Amino acid sequence: MVAIIDYGVGNLFSLKSSLAAIGAEAVVTGDPAVIKAANKLILPGVGAFADAAALLRQDGLDQLIIEEANRGKPLLGICLGMQLLFDVSFEYGEHRGLGLIPGRVVPIEDAIPAGLKVPQIGWNALCFPKPSPLFRYMNEGDCVYFVHSYYAAGCEEYVIAGTEYGAYLTAAVQRDNVFGTQFHPEKSGTVGLNILRAFCEEGALC
Amino acid sequence: MITKRIIPCLDVKDGRVVKGVNFLGLHDVSSPVRLAKFYSDCGADELVFYDITASAEGRALFTDILTEVASTIFIPLTVGGGINTVDDFDRVLKCGADKVSVNSGAIRDPSLISQAAKRYGDQCVVLSVDAKRVNGQFRVFAKGGREDTGLDAIEWIKSGVQNGAGEIVLNSIDTDGVKNGFDLEMLDAVCQVVDVPVIASGGAGCVDHFKTLFHALPKVDAGLAASIFHFGEVAIPDLKRELAADGINMRLTGFSAPT
Repeated sequence: MVAIIDYGVGNLFSLKSSLAAIGAEAVVTGDPAVIKAANKLILPGVGAFADAAALLRQDGLDQLIIEEANRGKPLLGICLGMQLLFDVSFEYGEHRGLGLIPGRVVPIEDAIPAGLKVPQIGWNALCFPKPSPLFRYMNEGDCVYFVHSYYAAGCEEYVIAGTEYGAYLTAAVQRDNVFGTQFHPEKSGTVGLNILRAFCEEGALC
Repeated sequence: MITKRIIPCLDVKDGRVVKGVNFLGLHDVSSPVRLAKFYSDCGADELVFYDITASAEGRALFTDILTEVASTIFIPLTVGGGINTVDDFDRVLKCGADKVSVNSGAIRDPSLISQAAKRYGDQCVVLSVDAKRVNGQFRVFAKGGREDTGLDAIEWIKSGVQNGAGEIVLNSIDTDGVKNGFDLEMLDAVCQVVDVPVIASGGAGCVDHFKTLFHALPKVDAGLAASIFHFGEVAIPDLKRELAADGINMRLTGFSAPT
């Protein structure tokens, strides 16, 4: 069973529906017992980093997620959920993340030429600097859907997908059993469903 | 690099997709759920789903249809029609919408844009504007294009973006339904003053109109149309292939495309 972690941030309808569409057994929950019992965890999130990090801490879910990930349970962070995996974010100040993947979350506009719109909203192609089981059912060059104003930097060692938006931006990361996608697989059509399928199905992920 | 988006628009009345010519003479086309699935499989990059009667008649959106669409397709979904309060945002977001489009509701209460942007983020708030030339000015029309608000469209859009609208859908009433091409003049005027994505609507009749749009106005992010897609006059896979062959960046892979 896959637990979609509900900590009061964002809209989980599409994520839940997309897991149903690929036949994955999933539950939306903030209950520590259910999260502990799950085989895999998805950490979603939209909105502001500081608010989301505070909500995770308020419920004590931050420590639980770190413990479960350190025990080897596969974890997938999506969009803001991916950014939360890093050490620190510089979105409106400096805020501590979960520290599961070394790196920092910084503004896109510092990396790209003036004139490009921020946030990056829309479909962009992925390139793969190294293979990852997360992308075993898709091809390099396939497009996925992004909505973001910040991106992960200083994590080159863990980047499994990048995208070109005036600069090479981190699109997905993996550190052992911990995965993150800056884009929204639940909004990326068949390609996205196949990424979720790769994460959710039984078998080795790393 | 980010792709240009092709967006079919599903105008819904009584649970069915309809498309009017210059907003009059509505006639039935198909089931919203079936069309949405068809378009997603064809490579549509996004769908816009409007309850076109809502602002005129105060009719609530058929949220069960919306829920069914959002459970069936997994591409971005924008919902509009009858969005007058932040509670209306909440209602459609819970049914699976990703973005919410405001039009008449924001004209009645401009603070709706800032309230919604604050709660759900700018990326969630789409300002949809029906505009028409009146005495040499681009004028905002409300209530499905029936009422001249007296507002200057360019100023209205500028203030909307300042208040937190994350995307603009510009529908030219002058070109809508005429199938003579997008309203490049009006779109250019808007692109000059905003730095959020601009979605062109109204006037697409053939593939060349999209080519002209994206070549003439590189700042336009997406082209939206309804009847030419619904009636099969332009097939989305063909459109995207032809645009790509013409040097326009398109999403061409990763979906099953029935031909």
